Amino acid sequence: MDTHIVESLADLVADGRLDAEYLNVESEHSAMAACIGAQATGVRTFTATSSQGLAYMWELLYVASGMRLPIVMAVATRALSAPLNIWGDWSDAIGARDSGWIQLYCETAQEAFDTIIQAYKIAEDSKVLLPVMICVDGFTLSHVYEPVQLEESTKGFLGDYKPSVELNPKKPISQGEYAGPEYYQEFKEEQAKAIEKSTDVIKKVNDDFAKKFGRSYGNGLYEKYNTKGAKHLVITMGSVAGTIKHIIEKEKIKDIGLLRIKCFRPFPKEIEKIINNFQSLTVIEKDISLGSAGALYTETKAISKKPISNFIGGLGGRDINIDNIKNIFASLRKKEEEVKWIK
Amino acid sequence: MDKVITMNNLFLSGHTACAGCGPAIGLRHILDAAGPNTIISNATSCSEIFSSRYPTTAWAVPYIHVAFECAASVASGIEAALKKLGRNDNVIAIAGDGGTFDIGFQALSGMVDRGHNVLYICYDNECYANTGIQRSSATPYAAWTTTSPDGKKSIGNKTFKKPIAEMLAVQGATYVATASIADVNDIQKKVKKALSIKGPKFLLIHAPCTLAWKYPPEKTIEVAKLAVDSGIWVMYEIENGLLRVTHEPKGKKVDEYLKAQGRFKHLTEKEIKEIQQRVDDDWKKYKELQKSGVKV
Repeated sequence: MDTHIVESLADLVADGRLDAEYLNVESEHSAMAACIGAQATGVRTFTATSSQGLAYMWELLYVASGMRLPIVMAVATRALSAPLNIWGDWSDAIGARDSGWIQLYCETAQEAFDTIIQAYKIAEDSKVLLPVMICVDGFTLSHVYEPVQLEESTKGFLGDYKPSVELNPKKPISQGEYAGPEYYQEFKEEQAKAIEKSTDVIKKVNDDFAKKFGRSYGNGLYEKYNTKGAKHLVITMGSVAGTIKHIIEKEKIKDIGLLRIKCFRPFPKEIEKIINNFQSLTVIEKDISLGSAGALYTETKAISKKPISNFIGGLGGRDINIDNIKNIFASLRKKEEEVKWIK
Repeated sequence: MDKVITMNNLFLSGHTACAGCGPAIGLRHILDAAGPNTIISNATSCSEIFSSRYPTTAWAVPYIHVAFECAASVASGIEAALKKLGRNDNVIAIAGDGGTFDIGFQALSGMVDRGHNVLYICYDNECYANTGIQRSSATPYAAWTTTSPDGKKSIGNKTFKKPIAEMLAVQGATYVATASIADVNDIQKKVKKALSIKGPKFLLIHAPCTLAWKYPPEKTIEVAKLAVDSGIWVMYEIENGLLRVTHEPKGKKVDEYLKAQGRFKHLTEKEIKEIQQRVDDDWKKYKELQKSGVKV
């Protein structure tokens, strides 16, 4: 459900409030292709997509990151067909986790807005030069109204775009060449190093953003909530963190803390120092790698020395409500380790 | 004939095209005509593979390759970016017939629909040559390919070529033309003319493939000439919807063209006659259309 985003952008361009060329492409595949062409020519680009649309542009996600183009895209995360379903979960974006894009998952509409501005600064950093995907819970964030502080100008935070490469007859270069076995792997090694190093840049951009606009989101990679003195840690991403915070606050819970992962790619391995201090770990997520478990769970398990429970739910837009979270809180105190469905 | 050849040497030697490659001849003349102030968006194709293996390039102009089916969408993005940057470089998308007639058709139609100022050039070697000579919707009737083999129960490719140039003219491309590497003067003339017209343009260049069509490499130009002189390849322009034939066949029969190639060697005299009839009917159609002044 990216439609609200692109409709609002169309209005902004039509009213002259946003100085941009607006392309009504015929498909998501062409949306990403046009972004690649424009960005490679030397301008900033943006697009938004969701669900089947993201699946349709899949091929070009890898091209965008492989060509090291700092494209920024919002994904209103949603279920994938079949059965056809238009509601929210993380199946689409999680599926794209290996495409070489930086993935930032947001909890609120304000965070989504702020993260889009930050994304350009992260993507365009010379140490990074990778595309960034801002993942926003479909419907929960993309279609629910909440007050957002809009910034009319990014002056003093984002400078003019200085492309690292451009299609220009004054200095002809070839972009998107093919590479044989003697070179291909080095390209991937360089990309792997760049996305690893981007964690420092993401943190710095989060700090710089706080200085300029007065808002920040954890350390840019993750956010700790109520962790001091807690015995149990719940790990999740996106808007469900809001429900968890609400219950912790309302019930004045002391023994359960929350770790909200904002940056899923690159996965912040530094959370290892945090998670191993708790008696139990519980991952709540809206995705499943069929034949394995939840993606956030498997990432966390790889660096955890403790048993972890994995709760999978909210698929196809099913609400993860207050009672669901309370039930999870009750069970995690029993230290069970298994994959469970939230019903 | 009006000689319009220019030499800019922008498609460089040293690339790895096969000896006798028809498309490579086309590319050289496209760039000679377009000149240095040109950006190329290439599709995955033979031409991409033989021209741009890292760390080498045959392109002396800015060049980008993204994927098989989206040369037109990439070119759309380039053109939009140039508007923002206040530049007016020529933008040329290049793709083979597989990347144009089949998998890239949606993107091409989108580009024409949006009215981008881009010249899209398809070099037509009538199959997916790059991936091993599979049939495309540009493959002519009865031709052998690896996925349309002739046999006891098969004549080869069962369908007639998709009339893509006319389809794009109907959709509203501002200039549509067909050409052949048999006449490189004509290619250059049409490229220059297309680049002088605003909006989405489409140029289809017949470009024989020695491997796929099964003839000796030194016969490429000869085979291309037989196609235009027998009338099986019709060269025309469509401007503002009006069609004009730009080359009259030299009275040769199609059997000479078909028999010059291994991909048609299974055809009987009866089948060749049927193809000749189809060519004659097509010519009648084009001539009548030109005479009528009716817009396509």
